[in-house]
Amino acid sequence: MIPDTLVPLAVLLTSFITGIAILLLGEDRVRLRTVLNLAGAVLKLALVMLMLWGVFHGHAYQTRIPFLPGMDLVLRADGMTILFASLSAVLWLLTTVYAIGYLEGAPHRRRFFAYFSFCVTATMGVSLAGNLVTFFLFYEVLTLTTFPLVVHRGTEKSMKAGAVYLAYTLGGSALVLVGMLWLYTIAGPFDFTETGVLGDLFAQHRIALTVIFFLLMLGFGVKAAVFPFHAWLPAAMVAPAPVSALLHAVAVVKAGAFGMVRVVYDVYGISLCDEEALLPAFMVLAAITILYGSLRALAQDDFKKRLAFSTVSQVSYILLGIAMFGPMGTIGGLVHLVHQGIMKITMFFCAGNVAETLHLHKISELKGVGRRLPLTMGAFTVAALGMIGVPPLAGFVSKWHLGLGAIESGHPWILAVLAASSLLNAAYFLPILRTVWFDQPDTPWPAPEGGCRLEASWWLLVPPLATALLTILVGLLGGSVLSPIHWAYLVVGREY
Amino acid sequence: MNGWALGPETGLVGFPAVGAVVLAIAAARGRRLVVGLTVAATLAAFVLTLARVLSIGAYEQDIGGWGAPLGIGWRIDGFAVLMLGLSVVVGAVVSIYSLAYFGEDPGDRRRALFFWPLWLFLWSALHGLFLSRDLFNWYVTLELSGLAAVALIALSGRADALTGSLRYLLLALAASLLYLLGVVVLYSATGTLDLAQVASRMTPGPVALAAVLLITTGLVVKAALFPAHFWLPSAHASAPSPVSAVLSALVVKGGFYILARTMTGLWPAASADGVLLVLGWLGGAAVLWGSLLAIRQQRLKLVIAYSTVAQLGYLFIAFPFWMDGVGEQAASRAWAGAAYQAVSHGLAKAALFLAAGVLIHARGRDDLDALRGLGAHLPVTATAMALAGISLMGIPPGAGFLPKWMLMTAALQEGRIIPIMVLMAGGLLAVGYLFRIFRRLLAADDVALDHAPPRTMEIAALVLGILSVIAGLSSLPILSLLSIGAPEGMNAYLEGVP
Repeated sequence: MIPDTLVPLAVLLTSFITGIAILLLGEDRVRLRTVLNLAGAVLKLALVMLMLWGVFHGHAYQTRIPFLPGMDLVLRADGMTILFASLSAVLWLLTTVYAIGYLEGAPHRRRFFAYFSFCVTATMGVSLAGNLVTFFLFYEVLTLTTFPLVVHRGTEKSMKAGAVYLAYTLGGSALVLVGMLWLYTIAGPFDFTETGVLGDLFAQHRIALTVIFFLLMLGFGVKAAVFPFHAWLPAAMVAPAPVSALLHAVAVVKAGAFGMVRVVYDVYGISLCDEEALLPAFMVLAAITILYGSLRALAQDDFKKRLAFSTVSQVSYILLGIAMFGPMGTIGGLVHLVHQGIMKITMFFCAGNVAETLHLHKISELKGVGRRLPLTMGAFTVAALGMIGVPPLAGFVSKWHLGLGAIESGHPWILAVLAASSLLNAAYFLPILRTVWFDQPDTPWPAPEGGCRLEASWWLLVPPLATALLTILVGLLGGSVLSPIHWAYLVVGREY
Repeated sequence: MNGWALGPETGLVGFPAVGAVVLAIAAARGRRLVVGLTVAATLAAFVLTLARVLSIGAYEQDIGGWGAPLGIGWRIDGFAVLMLGLSVVVGAVVSIYSLAYFGEDPGDRRRALFFWPLWLFLWSALHGLFLSRDLFNWYVTLELSGLAAVALIALSGRADALTGSLRYLLLALAASLLYLLGVVVLYSATGTLDLAQVASRMTPGPVALAAVLLITTGLVVKAALFPAHFWLPSAHASAPSPVSAVLSALVVKGGFYILARTMTGLWPAASADGVLLVLGWLGGAAVLWGSLLAIRQQRLKLVIAYSTVAQLGYLFIAFPFWMDGVGEQAASRAWAGAAYQAVSHGLAKAALFLAAGVLIHARGRDDLDALRGLGAHLPVTATAMALAGISLMGIPPGAGFLPKWMLMTAALQEGRIIPIMVLMAGGLLAVGYLFRIFRRLLAADDVALDHAPPRTMEIAALVLGILSVIAGLSSLPILSLLSIGAPEGMNAYLEGVP
């Protein structure tokens, strides 16, 4: 068995070494690369499951590496880590499978898969980071390793999108860096601690620590695509579908949201945030983003763009849950971190399948696609219904807890926001379902290539079906140890 | 005093000098062997010097039995060893790179005849500079390294290179004269040139101030600090790539090194706080101006050269933290930050110039658009550039993040906002100019290479790129080395290092 102190490092190394190995392999070593990719992803999933089991039984996984005088890089697993890390590990495996199918025969696959692995390494680092410096380090690595993926096609349009992406995310990082340094000079080096680390310090440095709070939260908010810092996300839609899936569901926006979670719960402490009234501003910001994203999504005809604005809206559910004081709201926010990922990645897989097999990119072109791609569109339907909040699917569980939290924390107007958002979700997802299933195609669909009996290759079909199934299961089996909601309860029990 | 005994540090000066003489006489025959032996011997001398400092702490060495105030007196402490380490590592990699770089067509072979003696001579002079601890020996080593650098810039023989080198020559001579004048003033006032002795005998007043101003102005030109940076871009961009790497990574650091030594060892006695403050402002201006101009350049090596102007600015942002009345923690952080920046920039910039040499070799031209689509052909070089770029942008885990961290925490401790804003802006602007390179490397254009670059050159650039990330993750050994014999009042931050 690996000693507990090395497990977090091993989790990072599984994908890092995979990335290096892929970089060293030739472009045309397709089969070996596929094996490496899958082996790395499976091994990582196994390690994360090991940590899940261990954390549940009270193991302390921690790797500590000296970094600067008096400051260490800390990797360790707590309840929140498990929530985020298991999401990333599961979805990485599925996205890898998908990407192998999606990019078959495309150029520059070596670069793509290498950076894909580095990106996941960084995401894992973000989830395992045990203090703010470590978090920031991996957060920045994530930004940089995602760039080659965003501009993967190498066209002028993707370069422009890449520039927008960098400008926004590095601008946000600059805010985080200043906030972090300032916090460090006031509070000294500290690790993330449940219920927060500041305590009495806040009273002594009220103004400074309030400003720092806003710097950190807004800085992380850029990656979480919080209004008005959201514009990079729809622009980044030029990336290939697996990258969009990764950006929206697993890595980038989630890292931003996770940063906000860490700041509120493990740096400042939720009680302190509540007492000092730091949160209402973010509650309002989240509500605005939720409604704004949905309204913009309504107006998009481009399939991926509509999904992107939907992400803008949905990710702010997490912020909303964080910003409400009360266990139920927190549970809703945390669990949505996972649930949104599962549902949204399903949708991007499906959008990718439509684009890949039929070369359709606009919603108005999707008439009757359901008959040509029944499995894909079935998966999409499950995810869309989940997003709208139909019980017992994943999205319902999130919204239910958020609603309870709104009442518990004494902000009934949030209920109105949730209701309006659900209506808007229905308004932009149901028309897609209608078009897909009930409209007649203008021209008959071309037959599948090569006489294939399936609607698309296995590589492209298994991932969306798996995540659609997960969308159902996480809702149905909420009581299981493996379910995200269970872990959200566990975490919240320690934070209040 | 240990008479005629020679320490291992003598080899740092001696071996490259011997190599230079041998290659000047023996020309092309056995060049690989001589270069290999010189590099190996110099590396060995460095390892022994490092071991000696680690075991006995900072020590002094008088060459030829002549100590201060007349002879060549060396003092080897952590800062000196750090800079020597940078020089030895970069120099060794550049030497190996150059064996491949100057080996192809007949024109190159002719240039190689001059390159090797000049470069090894420059290497030797730089080591002498980092070892010295008195104002006159610094003058001598500055002159020697400056003249060798001028000749190396002119090596390509192209018109722009000749203009660049001539401009550099004139300015370097003027700067040396100012410096020498300042030294003369000090000598007439104190009767000595040894740093410690001058400091103890100096009295604040107009004479001391005049000396400070003369010496500082001379060194500022040598270190290419804004607004005296204008000679640098054309000189560094028009030189052959390995020469550019050495100039940007090492030679300009010579001026900074002497300034840092005098500022922490000498000028406190002259009460020249105003000078420190001005240097800080100039450093900040250099960061902004250099970065903005780097964003506007259309040629690869000019982008990198203007980046040097900006990155040198960071070194000088540290200086105001050594004024009277600044907390010891902040002063010490700034000291560590400046030294770390010298090292991290040296590694990253050398990697970038060596990689640029590979790209230019592959395409035969150096405008930015020639880079489109090259990343797919030369992934090793692109990776080297990416790693070096991370460091220059000051993003962790690149080494460039650490000096920024140290300088920013120093500024926060002193409640100074402007340095923080400059450091942040500098980082974001660096992203701006570096991604002009990266996005072209990643472009989908289908290009064919004019020449396949030698593998050695690609690997050499990659080694420095990797080192510039390793240096970002191994701060504790580097800082603990720096704490050995650190100047008074500069150890507060370093004392926390195990």
